Formats: sequence, structure tokens, C-alpha cells
Amino acid sequence: MLAFIAQRIAKAVVVLLAIVVLNFMLIRMAPGDPAMVMAGEAGAGDKAFVAQLREKFGLDQPLPVQLYRYMKGVVTLDLGYSFRQQMPVSQLILERLPATLLLTGAAFIISLAFGILFGTLAARWAGTWADTLITIMALLFYATPLFWVALMAILLFSVAMDWLPSFGYETVGANYTGFAHVLDVGAHLILPAITIGLFFMATYARMTRASMLEVKRLDFVKTARAKGLRDSVIQRRHVLRNALLPVVTLAGLQAGTLVGGAVLTETVFAWPGIGRLMYEALLQRDYNLLLGVFVVCSAMVLVFNLITDLIYRSVDPRIEFAS
Amino acid sequence: MRQISRTLLRHPGGLIGLVILAIAIAVALFGPELFPTSPWRMVQRPFLPPFAVKGFPLGTDALGRDVLAGIIYGARVSLLVGLVSTLAALAVGIPVGAVAGYFGGRTGDALMRFTEFFQTVPSFALAIVLVAILQPSIVSIVLAIAIVSWPPVARLVRGEVLSLRTREYVQAAIVTGQSHRWIIWREILPNALSPVIVLASLMVATAILLESSLSFLGLGDPNLMSWGYMVGAGRTVIRQAWWITVFPGIAILLSVLALNLIGEGLNDALNPRLNKDGR
Amino acid sequence: MSPDAAVTIKELKIALPAGADRAHAVDGVSFDLVPGKILCVVGESGSGKSMCAHALMGLLPDNVKPVSGEILFEGQDLLKLDATGWLALRGRHIAMVFQEPMTALNPLMRIGDQIAEMFEAHDLLSPKGRRQKALGLLREVGLPDPERSMRAYPHQLSGGQRQRAMIAMALALEPAVLVADEPTTALDVTTQAQILKLIRDLQRRHNMAVMFITHDFGVVSDIADTVVVLQHGKVVEQGAADEVLSRPQAAYTRALLAAVPTMQPPPRAPLGNRAKAVEVIGLDKTYVSSGGWFQPERRVQAAKEVSFTVLQGETVGLVGESGSGKSSVARLIMRLIEADRGTVRISDTDFTVMSGKELRSARSRIQMIFQDPFASLNPRRKVGNIITDGPIAHGTDPKTARERARELLELVGLNANALDRYPHEFSGGQRQRIGIARALALEPEIIVADEAVSALDVSVQAQVLKLLEDLKARLGLSMLFITHDLRVAAQICDRIAVMQRGAIVELKATAALFSAPEHPYTRELLAAVPGRTASSQAA
Repeated sequence: MLAFIAQRIAKAVVVLLAIVVLNFMLIRMAPGDPAMVMAGEAGAGDKAFVAQLREKFGLDQPLPVQLYRYMKGVVTLDLGYSFRQQMPVSQLILERLPATLLLTGAAFIISLAFGILFGTLAARWAGTWADTLITIMALLFYATPLFWVALMAILLFSVAMDWLPSFGYETVGANYTGFAHVLDVGAHLILPAITIGLFFMATYARMTRASMLEVKRLDFVKTARAKGLRDSVIQRRHVLRNALLPVVTLAGLQAGTLVGGAVLTETVFAWPGIGRLMYEALLQRDYNLLLGVFVVCSAMVLVFNLITDLIYRSVDPRIEFAS
Repeated sequence: MRQISRTLLRHPGGLIGLVILAIAIAVALFGPELFPTSPWRMVQRPFLPPFAVKGFPLGTDALGRDVLAGIIYGARVSLLVGLVSTLAALAVGIPVGAVAGYFGGRTGDALMRFTEFFQTVPSFALAIVLVAILQPSIVSIVLAIAIVSWPPVARLVRGEVLSLRTREYVQAAIVTGQSHRWIIWREILPNALSPVIVLASLMVATAILLESSLSFLGLGDPNLMSWGYMVGAGRTVIRQAWWITVFPGIAILLSVLALNLIGEGLNDALNPRLNKDGR
Repeated sequence: MSPDAAVTIKELKIALPAGADRAHAVDGVSFDLVPGKILCVVGESGSGKSMCAHALMGLLPDNVKPVSGEILFEGQDLLKLDATGWLALRGRHIAMVFQEPMTALNPLMRIGDQIAEMFEAHDLLSPKGRRQKALGLLREVGLPDPERSMRAYPHQLSGGQRQRAMIAMALALEPAVLVADEPTTALDVTTQAQILKLIRDLQRRHNMAVMFITHDFGVVSDIADTVVVLQHGKVVEQGAADEVLSRPQAAYTRALLAAVPTMQPPPRAPLGNRAKAVEVIGLDKTYVSSGGWFQPERRVQAAKEVSFTVLQGETVGLVGESGSGKSSVARLIMRLIEADRGTVRISDTDFTVMSGKELRSARSRIQMIFQDPFASLNPRRKVGNIITDGPIAHGTDPKTARERARELLELVGLNANALDRYPHEFSGGQRQRIGIARALALEPEIIVADEAVSALDVSVQAQVLKLLEDLKARLGLSMLFITHDLRVAAQICDRIAVMQRGAIVELKATAALFSAPEHPYTRELLAAVPGRTASSQAA
């Protein structure tokens, strides 16, 4: 088992390195000469100063050397410097990362829990009006753009009914501590988490429903019935357990979309995470920051994939831990 | 073919989807002819509510532009981007998947590593980065969406080709001396296409979502009025003028829904529960 | 109707949903299950035998309903039972064993837990007690290393072991009645023999009434006390086993019994000195599954120094169980997979060294008939194209090819209008004929038949075998016939090669192999064939 984990981590590291190389190429493709940009920020545009900057940041070195320096930097968590915000990129990211983890974590749990619940109910009541209702709702949520859901949620719960806050992470200036702080953050978390959650809830619900209906037809369910087991036991122990396997796989594949959804949601709700950081970088044409966030997002996806892969293998005994 | 379209039309969801899509296509094709005024022109006073003034059923935005005109012109952009980027993704994904699945071996492995790499990178983030670097334009948007969309196609095609390659009628074709090209083209691909067609309709839906999300963030083509852009532009004034964000959003919702429904209908039509000999 | 019957089925009628090919799955069926006796329900596919079994357990699919008749058990009519009644009955009084052991067990639960569930379903014993009993049951059914098997998952056991586990599960509550739905059909011949013996022993020990469903008359002759023959949902004949088998009254029963190949190989003309059609020399093939960084690779030897010859006009049989390598050898000879070592000669031309265009054009000399009639024809191509594709690829002009296709269809006993129809419009046996026509279209010297009749019903099987014999004689073909069924091999092969784990253990003329087998595995294989002690088919 440990050998397997080591193997998977090694594979993930290789992929991450490839992403870093890709990142580097993208940075080089960004418009504008970094040295000129820096010089412009500093206010002095004469040639000597630009040349000095070039030398300082190694921009006069051949490309492979620059790549090596960049990769060395990434390994030591140095992702460059954001000129607009006047801070190292990694520091900016580290400040904002926990908020994103909180948001995506909450969204993931909500979507998985409720998605499986509704999917199971729809399968149980397949063919009835309840099933049709759940299916239609799932189709609607799946088709709605995330940013629009976010705005509609604000319109409904914040503007029209003033139930929930729509801006930021905590009530500004209130300085809550301890449990009150947790509640405050929680209140701010609800709308953004549910916004992201709705889309994935729809996906998991439909997958769970389809999977349960398919598993119900399999032979071992007939065997379970032949034993005289009660229906509730059969549903739980035989059908659901097997039906959830493809859902776990699906959850793993959704990691990238989850992160993408965070960008949109954090932008609309002004949630101080790395998604919003990416948006700020876009607005300011701050390519260093943009690509720094991109690398971190990719790393998050890799870690998430690794975790779901491990979970899947530990749940399904048919897959051995070797390759 | 006839049987497939008959089954599709009988599927209630698929039928609704087809109707909505037909309307959308009609709007995209003929709308700009019937509403020749450019959506960028300021035609009335700003923040006109819906149905306040005759001729402007959806009101105007912060700069006095007609929301209805924006939706009509935006249809073209969304559908065009959706279609072209999906075709581009298919043009890359199908050959890659077919070659990887049929020939296998080291080439197949290399191609699949390449595909998996692209799939690991978060697709929306990559699209943002690509459009930002290439500068927003309809070409860069189509390119970016195609680049993030082709891996699932390759994966699907590879899986299908891999399983079909061991099918006995394919082995029969090998045994009767057919060439590789014939086998892939005549025996394998026609039987692999059903799931690809279903995937394609879902991909157009996703492409429309991606395009509108990019435009929302300000990465849309600055010369083209797009639904996502309209929602983004109306965001700051949502409290005073809800209609600027609501109507374009509904347009996006309906288009994506229509395509998803068509995808479902196609899935049921193309993959009936095949019972072997009715046993 | 015996007074001491455990179960009495009276005029049972089960209706099929509208649009099925007949109104009733089971139409007025009556028979008794007596404690201590095994009743075999025999029939071909679609005869309704499986439906009877499911009706006995209340496990019919939702859209299939019993409409009249009775199933009497301990004074109750089971057809009138409500849900709670069925829950109490199933497993406790009537238990079932299914056909496919791999899919009939929950892949995510350990074997021990699945057996313990039987007790749990009826609220018996404590968890510890259940485990004890499960262990005892596994021991009783002869599973090796019962402690280990308790903790194992289904995929970690072999097919035969899984079936033993299923039987253990069925026996757990000592039911009065055991329903077995083709429990050995998916198993190898040697494993089948063991499982049949196990069922007989257990049935005697627990004095159960057993309903055993099968399509194999060999099995019937081995274990049945009474026989019920079904056709299209109706009972065609029933009675004591030796009566029905040796003195069948109904025409259908006679036809079925006649279609079963005997173990007596017919006398075959000696072949004398003929040229070699195919010469196989030293074929070696090992499948390697790559291990990755931290795992050793897994090697399976599918072919070990396989050598034999097929003379012109001869039929050589390759016989073995699953995993013996016989299919791999067929594919190696056809060059569908590449051998690690070895040569294949087709009439003195070395087939193995060819490649590219030369190989493709040489392929016309050796053609193949495949096993699965449903997967061997491209569902999207018309039958005419399927047959003419090969010759056209080799340069024949389309018009001539189509004419030839017409002739071939008639040769194999199909109407020429099949040319414009699609495969799904034909039955299994008809599709096999199309496959034969396709193989003949290239006028090959040798035909390799890979389990060509294994997926067919017994009566259809007999027809196709007869067709193959006719064609062979008429066209002077040589044939390599791969099968797991020794009876079939006995009927049409001149010589038989027995394979075990990739190697040929014995190669002899058919009559000699059956009367005086030398290798211990051959003897084991012959002894395991069900019904070999039965008298040959009724005249």
C-alpha cells in the first residue's frame, strides 16, 4: 500500500513539473517585456535602469537557464513577484489559500451529501412525479452558469429578503472572536458554498440515480432478495455501496471544475480566496500573479485527484494497490 | 437513421431541447436582419425597466443600450463559439483517441499521458490564462475552449476503440485481410460514434458556459456583444436594475439546457438497452 | 401428484408483457418436487424453465406475472403470498443457486459476511454464532482453507469456489427445497463434475427436494431422478429419468436427445498419406502484464512449445478447459496475435515471417469462424457487404463477389435475399451460417473454427455441425476445430489434441483417445464429462 502511494505521488510530481514548464512557457508568451513593465512601475524608463533590472532578474540569460531558475524557485515556493501589488506572489497566495480551501471544501461536502441523497431518492421513486421533479431541478442547475446563480442568489437572499450577507468573508468592523466569529464566517459562507454546490449537486444526483438504477438490475441484488433480506437492508448494503463507486470516480474528475467554479464565485461574492486573486490579476494584467495562482490551482487538483484515487481503491477491493 | 430520429423526437426532453435550440438558431441567424440597430448603440435613457417604453420589452442597461438587441446579437456569438470550438476539439480528440486505442503500445501510452496531462490542469483556469495571454478575441476564445475540451473526447474515443478492437467482427476484418485504414474507418469508427455524438452535444453546452464565464470576467471579445459580458456589465448595478443581469442569464440557461436535453435524447436514441437475442 | 411432495406446481401460467414473442412464458406447467429427489427441468433457451424457478422464489421480474395455477408448499399457495410472507420463506424454506457465480455475489462484501447475512435476514443467532456457522458451511462444501475464504472477496476465488460459496449460502438455513438455475453451465467440465457431486451429496445428507435447471442432457443423466422437458413454456414430457432418457415418448424429446452428440466417436476413414495443410512448429507465447515501478510483472504462459500438423482434408480438434491456451493457439495461428517463438506453415509457405501487404494477401488461405454469433458480424453492415468485403479487398470485382456471395448463402442454407438485410434480423444459428459463408468467400485451404458451435442451442448446434461436415467434404477443406466440449469433438474430429495450461498433453486419433487415453489429464477430462455412462441416443 505504501509503495502504491509513493508511486502515485511520484507520478503527481512529474505531472506538476510538466505543468511548471508549461507555466513558464506561458509566462514567456505574455505580452510586454517584464523588464520594461517593472521599469514602468518604478517610474524610471531609461535604458541603463532597464538593463540593470534585466540582469537582476536574470532576464538576459538563455531560456533553459531561466527555466531552471524558475523551477528552482517553484520548488522553494518562490513564484515570482507581483509588481502591481508589491508583494511576492507566494505570500499573496498563502494569505488567500485558506479561504478558498474553506469554500471549496464546504461546497464539495454539501454537493456530495445532498447530491447522493437526492439521487438515491430519485432512484427509489423512479418514474413518479418526485423523480421527475428531482430530474428537472438537476437539469436546470446543471445548465445554469455559476456566475448567474451567484448573482441571482444575491438578488434573492440579500437584496430582496436581506437574510444573508453577500459580500466578503466576515462583517467588516465587527471584530468578532471565538464562536461568534465562526458563526459570522459561516453566515458569509452559506451563499457562495451553495452557489458552487448546486451545480455539482445536480451532477452527483444524476449520476447516483443512474448508477443505483443500474446496480438494482445486477444479479447479486437478486441473490440478496433470494436470501429473504429486507428491502431497506438490500438498498443500503448491496445497492448503494456498489452504486457509489462511479460517483467517487466522478467526484475526482470534477476537481478541476470545482476550482474553476471558485474563481467565478469568489469574484461575485468578493470572497478573499485565490480565485478572486486570479480575477484581480486579470484586471491588472499581472501575469506573474495570474500564473502563480494557476500553478497552485493545478497542484490543488493533483492533490485532490490523489486523495479520491486512494479512497476509490480502498473502497473497491477488486482494484489491487499495485498499478 | 430514421429510427434514431424517430426515437429522439419521441423523447419529451429531447423534443423540448430541439424546439428551444431551433428558436435560438433562428434568432442567431435572422435576428440581426430583423433588428438592424447595433446593440452597442445607445437608444434610450439608461436603466429603463422592462415594458416601460414601447419597443423595449427588456429595458435598457447602464448606458442606455437595448437589452433585447444585446440578447439577439449575443445569440450569434454564443452559438458560433460553441459550435466551432466543439468541432475543433473533435478534430483533435477523435484522431488522437483512435490512434491511441487502435495501435496501443508506446505511441498509445505517450498519447494518453499527453491527454491526461491536459485533463489534470483545471480547465477553466487554463482557459482564463490562455485568453489573457493571447489577448481576448473571438479567435483566442475559441482556441482556448478547444484546447481545454479535447481531452475528454480523446479519452472516450480511445476507450471505445480499445473495446471495439477486440470485438469479433473487427478480428474477422483483420483475418479477411483488410488494411488498418479500412478497419478503423469502416468497422470501428461507425460503431464508436454514438457516444461521441452524445458527448459532442454536451460539449457545445459546456463551451457556451465557458464562453459566457470568460466574457463575464471581462475576457470576451471587446467588439462583440455577448451574454456573459452583459451579465458582467450589469453586476455592479444589480440592486437598481435587475433586468440587465437576469435576461441574458436566462438566455444562457435556455441554450445550455436545450443542448443538454438534446444530448439526453440522443443518448437514449443511440444506446437502446441492447438485449442479446431477447434473452 | 405425490402426497409427500415438498412443492406441488399445478397448471402454472405466467404471462409475458405485451409484444413478447408469445403470450405466456410458462403455459400450464405441473410437476412435483419430492424431498430426497432431484428433478431436472430441461429445455432450450426461451423454454420458460428459468421462469419456473424464479416463480418458486417470488423473484419474477416486475412485468412478468403469474396469471393462474398454484404453487403449493406446506399447504400454502405461494402465488397468494404477500411481501412479508415471501421474506420469511426465501432462504429459510426455499433457497436458490444462480448460474453466474461471478455476478451473483456482491463484489464489495467478503464471502463470510455474505453467508452470515442469511442468518441475519431471519434474525437468527448472534454475530459470532453466524460466523461460526458460516465457517462450518464453507467446510461442508469443500472450500479449501475455509478461514481464508471467509475473509476473501468474490473476485479472489475461482469460478468453482464461488459456486461452492453460493451453495453454502443456500444451505445455511437447511431449506426444504433447493432451486438451482443452471449452476454449472458457466463452469469448466472438471469443475462441473465436482459441483454436481457436491449437490448430490448435500441433497442426500439434508434430504432436500432439488429443482435443477439445465439444458445439458449429460447432466440430466448423471443426477436426475425425475425429468421435466419444456418447450415454449409447455411440458412436453415428464417422468422418471431413465424412462425419459431411454424411452422418450414425445417427438421433441426424441429430437433433443438425438441432437446431443454422444461420447462414441463415429468411425472415420483413415487418411493415409496426404500433404500437410497446416504445420505448427514450436509456438510459444507468454502474456506479460506490466507491473509498474514497485510491482513485479505477471506472466501467463498461453502456449508452450505447441506443435502439430493438420493434413489436407483432415479435421483436428484442439480441446481444453478455460485457461488451457486453445483459443490463444488459434489466434497465434491466424496471426491475430504474434507469437514469441515458433513457425506456422501453410502448405510449405512460412506464414509467420510475412508482413504488410504480403501477409494481407496470404490471409485468404486460412480463415476463421468465430464463437459469438452476436459479436462476429458488424451490426451496421449488410450481410451482403460482410461477405463480399473480403474478396473485394483481395481484388475481386464487386459484381462477381456478389454473385459468389449469393451462391455461398445458398450453400450454407440461407435465402439469397439475406444479402440486403442486417445481422440483427437473423437468429444465432443463422448468423453462424453467415459467418461460415464469410469464411468460405475467400476460398481458403484451412478453416479454423474457434468454439464455433458453443454459443448455440443443442438442436441448432447439431445442424451447424452437419453443415460443416458437408462443406468440408464438398470443398475438400481442412479444419482446426477448437472446443471445450468433448462430445462435439468426438463427432467431427479425425484427431484430437488435448491442451492443458498451454501445452499439448496428448494428440491421438479420436477413437483411440476416447477408448484408451494415456495422459492423466485426458483421463480426468473424459471422466468429468457428464452423462458418459448414459446409453447412446434413442434410435
